[in-house]
Amino acid sequence: MKLLTGNHLVNGYVIWWTGEGWSRHVEQATDVGDKGEQIAQVEAAACRVNNPYIVDAEPGPTGPVPNHIKERIRAIGPTVRPDLALKPADASAGSYVI
Amino acid sequence: MYRYDKFDQAIVDTRVEEFRDQVRRRIAGEMTDDQFKPLRLKNGLYLQLHAYMLRVAIPYGTINAKQLRVLAHIARKYDRGYGHFTTRQNMQFNWIRLEDAPDALADLAKVEMHAIQTSGESIRNISADQFAGAAADEVCDPRPWAELIRQFTTFHPEFSYLPRKFKIGLTASDNDRAAIKLHDVGLQVLRDEAGNFGFRVFVGGGMGRTPFVAHLIRDFLPATSICSYLEAILRVWNRHGRRDNIHKQRIKILVHDLGAEEFARQVEEEWQAIQRQDDDMPLKEYERIAAYFTPPPFEEGLSDELDLSDPRFAAWVARNVDAHKQPGYAIATISLKPIGGIPGDVTAEQIDLLADLAEQYSFDDLRPTHAQNVTLPHVRKADLYALWQKLDAAGLGTANLDLISDIIACPGLDYCSLANTRSIPLAQKLAERFADPARQLDIGELKLKISGCINACGHHHAGHIGVLGVDRKGTENFQLLLGGSGAEDASLGKIVGPGFTEDGVVDAVERAVEKYRAIRTDGERFLDTYRRVGVEPFKEAIYG
Repeated sequence: MKLLTGNHLVNGYVIWWTGEGWSRHVEQATDVGDKGEQIAQVEAAACRVNNPYIVDAEPGPTGPVPNHIKERIRAIGPTVRPDLALKPADASAGSYVI
Repeated sequence: MYRYDKFDQAIVDTRVEEFRDQVRRRIAGEMTDDQFKPLRLKNGLYLQLHAYMLRVAIPYGTINAKQLRVLAHIARKYDRGYGHFTTRQNMQFNWIRLEDAPDALADLAKVEMHAIQTSGESIRNISADQFAGAAADEVCDPRPWAELIRQFTTFHPEFSYLPRKFKIGLTASDNDRAAIKLHDVGLQVLRDEAGNFGFRVFVGGGMGRTPFVAHLIRDFLPATSICSYLEAILRVWNRHGRRDNIHKQRIKILVHDLGAEEFARQVEEEWQAIQRQDDDMPLKEYERIAAYFTPPPFEEGLSDELDLSDPRFAAWVARNVDAHKQPGYAIATISLKPIGGIPGDVTAEQIDLLADLAEQYSFDDLRPTHAQNVTLPHVRKADLYALWQKLDAAGLGTANLDLISDIIACPGLDYCSLANTRSIPLAQKLAERFADPARQLDIGELKLKISGCINACGHHHAGHIGVLGVDRKGTENFQLLLGGSGAEDASLGKIVGPGFTEDGVVDAVERAVEKYRAIRTDGERFLDTYRRVGVEPFKEAIYG
């Protein structure tokens, strides 16, 4: 599956296209199929996202899981500062990234 | 330290307001990302993996307490309570909101700081010896020259469209603590027999994708010609430097392609032409700037005796304290590498503490180092014990300077959008593997440096042991290099063989270290043994 991601214009946070808008939570991301470029163009032009691009992912138990480690780290936050991660108390964070 | 005059302050204040308007226009949708990106980069604002990152310049690595407290304030108000000292003596904040960036820059401007030329194709912040003005082995304080070059190059119209970024390193000592030979231009201040200042000029060094040790192109350049000579170097690069391939645009590629001799010839020719226009800097300008760097009011007649009866304090003194030019004083370096910590990271509270300690013990002077530690340059020896006790209580008393756990690590894939692998978790694992202080001391000086990608912000090429993270089909893989040095005996490490997993490279480093311990002769550092025996014994130990 293909996900569309980028960074929020104002705060720079990682965001994912949900089909209706943007979410910080990758599990809410939707498969954009072959529509990613088109959505990216519209959303970037409307200043709702910074630097949008498409990533490969696979379905997971709680939602899409990006294939590349870089995108998994983007989805969760710095692995060395779990207190600053998107879900600080998530005990499964380590196994999600690796 | 240098203080802004009204022109400096006006330039920085105006720049903040200009950027504030640019940010407003970007958020309002009046500018595209492509239009805005070069503008934010000119103000040190990157877009990294998780958020915007602001890189603040600390000119030639000199900062005072008032400025440190503003860094702590920025960490608290606009970031998430911490900052990160980089490998070029700057500070980065990882979580800055775009709309807050102008306010953060305005706060910095109030204490004569900025983020200009910390990114983009510009002449970056000048790196300098962290012991400047204090070292027993220097010919002079090199910082007035650094400030002069900073003023000359900042916003210089001829340097506003360079092929690529340009980094200058500066020292005034034969013991190179600023890695000058791994800079685009490395400068060593010298004095001739008559006492005149001059520069030994190295060009074309650097790490990254294509690493080179810089070439010596001038053995003694009269010091007052430094600006015209730098201009000549930059003109030759501007004229011939490639602009068609981002990987071949640094000056080191041009120096390599032309050959150092031909490059030097062209620089001399260009320099003669500039000199004919009588365009050298007047000595009085140097003297004006040097007046800001007069030595602090050292006390005379202080004792050099130290009570080393506390063994933990004695261990810290042995590792982290260096000789000062003034009797009764010492240079104290504070390790930001506690075992298991994140190299270079400091909390806002720790930054405030560093400010207090700089004021109380070091004439309001603190120096970030390229090894991601900080130095208090002027500490009375009689105050060292009290200083260490305060550091120890704050978790900053680690006695590991230049030992294997004093690891340089780039932010890596935990923060950086260019990285292939994480660097920090590997640094933490390696530090934990070698945590035993007695074992570290037995191993002795060993500079271990980790980069999470080929751009080499973690200086892996210059590590006695270096680790380079590479992407192996979406998984992290680590290559091991041996034999690098960023010091006066600069050399580039060589890849030993196939890469490893994260745990695998920790084991491989340990096998290399144990091989060194088995075959070293008296007094040999790891690097000395490697240079004596070559890679093969280590390769055999690592791969079996």
